[in-house]
Amino acid sequence: MEVGMLPISASKRGKLLAAGYTTLHSISRASPSHLATDIGVSEDEACEILKYASQTSALDPSIGSSNASTLEGGQTAWTMLNEEKFATRITTSCADLDNILGGGITCKEVTELGGVPGIGKTQIGIQLAVNVQIPPEYGGLGGKAIYIDTEGSFMVERVLQIAEACIEDMSEYSHHFHNTVQDCEVKLHPNGILENIFYFRVCSYTEQIALVNYLDKFIEEHKDVKIIILDSVTFHFRQDFDDMALRTRLLSEMALKLMKLARKFCLAVVLLNQVTTKYIEGSYQLTLALGDSWSHSCTNRIVLFWNGDERHAYIDKSPSLKSASAAYSVTTRGIRNSNSSCKRIKMV
Amino acid sequence: MANKLIKQMALPNSIANIFTARNIITAKDALSLTEFELMERLDVGMAEVKFAMAHISEVVCPPCQTALLLMEQRVRNERSAGHLPTRLRGLDEALCGGIPFGVVTELVGPAGIGKTQFCLKLSLLASLPANCGGLDGRVIYIDVESKFSSRRLVEIGIESFPEIFLKKGMAQEMAGRIVILRPTSLSEFTESLHHVQVSLLQKQVKLLVIDSMAALVLGEHECGASRQQALGWHVSFIKSLAEFSRIPIVVTNQVRSQIGDEPLTYSFQARSHSIKREDPAAYDSHLVAALGINWAHAVTIRLVLEARSGQRLIKLAKSPISPPLAFPFNITSSGLVLLDDDGIEMKGSEINTIHCQGQNALFNSEW
Repeated sequence: MEVGMLPISASKRGKLLAAGYTTLHSISRASPSHLATDIGVSEDEACEILKYASQTSALDPSIGSSNASTLEGGQTAWTMLNEEKFATRITTSCADLDNILGGGITCKEVTELGGVPGIGKTQIGIQLAVNVQIPPEYGGLGGKAIYIDTEGSFMVERVLQIAEACIEDMSEYSHHFHNTVQDCEVKLHPNGILENIFYFRVCSYTEQIALVNYLDKFIEEHKDVKIIILDSVTFHFRQDFDDMALRTRLLSEMALKLMKLARKFCLAVVLLNQVTTKYIEGSYQLTLALGDSWSHSCTNRIVLFWNGDERHAYIDKSPSLKSASAAYSVTTRGIRNSNSSCKRIKMV
Repeated sequence: MANKLIKQMALPNSIANIFTARNIITAKDALSLTEFELMERLDVGMAEVKFAMAHISEVVCPPCQTALLLMEQRVRNERSAGHLPTRLRGLDEALCGGIPFGVVTELVGPAGIGKTQFCLKLSLLASLPANCGGLDGRVIYIDVESKFSSRRLVEIGIESFPEIFLKKGMAQEMAGRIVILRPTSLSEFTESLHHVQVSLLQKQVKLLVIDSMAALVLGEHECGASRQQALGWHVSFIKSLAEFSRIPIVVTNQVRSQIGDEPLTYSFQARSHSIKREDPAAYDSHLVAALGINWAHAVTIRLVLEARSGQRLIKLAKSPISPPLAFPFNITSSGLVLLDDDGIEMKGSEINTIHCQGQNALFNSEW
């Protein structure tokens, strides 16, 4: 029923139905005082119900007579195309990986990265937290990062190594392209990079959910945050969770909130996931954890795996990127291109 | 944090009372419901639910720190910026100083390779006074398989640090700082962990060793899945103990034979070019770490000890801060000794494999 779409309490909904108001159209035709006496609520509450009813009916094309292009909250595909063309991306420091991603991790989207232990998920997370801070003069976003650590795998020594290597690479780049000594100097210092990473340590799934709820307020106060990394989204939801249906509901709500944050503040959300084994088609196979329902929640899904002696990344699911895999390596300086002779990107 | 009561969160009385009336007492109860479910249960509108949840979330949420602050705290407050030096130069360099504080380090390898020997040495190092490079603190050693040998501990002490141990009364003091617990079942282990938590708050405990984790579980349950679930709580508890008290926790693990000889792959990987080892001799030594993939994700640093053609190796199989190096080692009267401090770099997933070749050679070695 259409009345069921209104964000009002159950008892008010019950009163509306009992008084005979089953469609939004019927509610919007009534005046506030009439509605108030009919269903037995105060006039203020009746006004609120009418306001919700008119908002909801504006979104439904079968009710309203409004023009498609002036639907409240909607965008035409053409405006979205222009937005997507200029969508900002965060480099992963590995050219092959950036290529299959269309330039890097996209802002305004939720990307999931999963793989076996030791494949480099945390390494990519830390690399992105540093790369988001690359200043616009060097092709980056000049933003800050939020790193949510659920497993305690964030090691500060490693962040320092990667930050120092990033600054060295930037100096080398500027030596090639700039003439005056002043331009050559990179104004970043490794401590400055560490200062721009906001770190949260989450110890239970309750804290994880609470933090995702709180991020809206936090990012309002720190508007230059351009990436949120959740390492890993799985850990607390894997240990002693008896009610699987509840787990699915909580995870999907969390994914929706993260997607909303990504769109609202134009930032990238990167979720790191673990693996589990599943019995498919007669044999055990590896698959990302948290189940089938979760696999629908993220916009992009990238699987990191071992291919022989090399680490590879495979785009498992994406609405706009082609399925391809690329090799990358984890070095003392961070994530870089793989050294193998066969560097062609395999199109699957 | 999650068990904080809603009525103590300074919410406006009207909404706080509704929460209590509907039996949603702690923050965990509230956060375990989706917004729509809360709306139904509390019988209020969406705006009120959002306001209340935003408030509760802000209270329960962990504090924010910057990475710079973390690093400065560690450099200022902790020895070697938060590391326990192992006195094995190559390993210490690779680990940026030694076994890191605040995380779980796992030692995995076949029987008799030297895991317990390494643990004994580490216990000694943690109890040494600061001017000798130790942590000057107590050690709690949870010895499940009754492998702890005090005689051997003192022998390692005398051989490695003769200037301290031969002094009168020092051996007694050092050995006196190491407390050994011997739980015989999983439930006793759980109890021991609670005692450990209390000790951490009261006394100067600087290291926790659990030798071994696998032995606790393998005796109790039969099939794989329930075994992993049984450890689930313990894993989170141990990790949180490590972090809040900022101590290193070293855990040993056993190995088991791999079921089937093909490595597990994803559905998109073509089966045809999976690496199949044709060599039948490899079947005997196809070992993997026990306790499953969940456990492998949970540990932060994994050191694999293995034997290849009679040579023992200690490998950095999983470490966020180190390159994939393998160091050959031997066991002498003074504990583990590295034969080569530079290490051999291992390519690819070879760093994770565990070999046990040259079995006889193990028992004929120096010690």
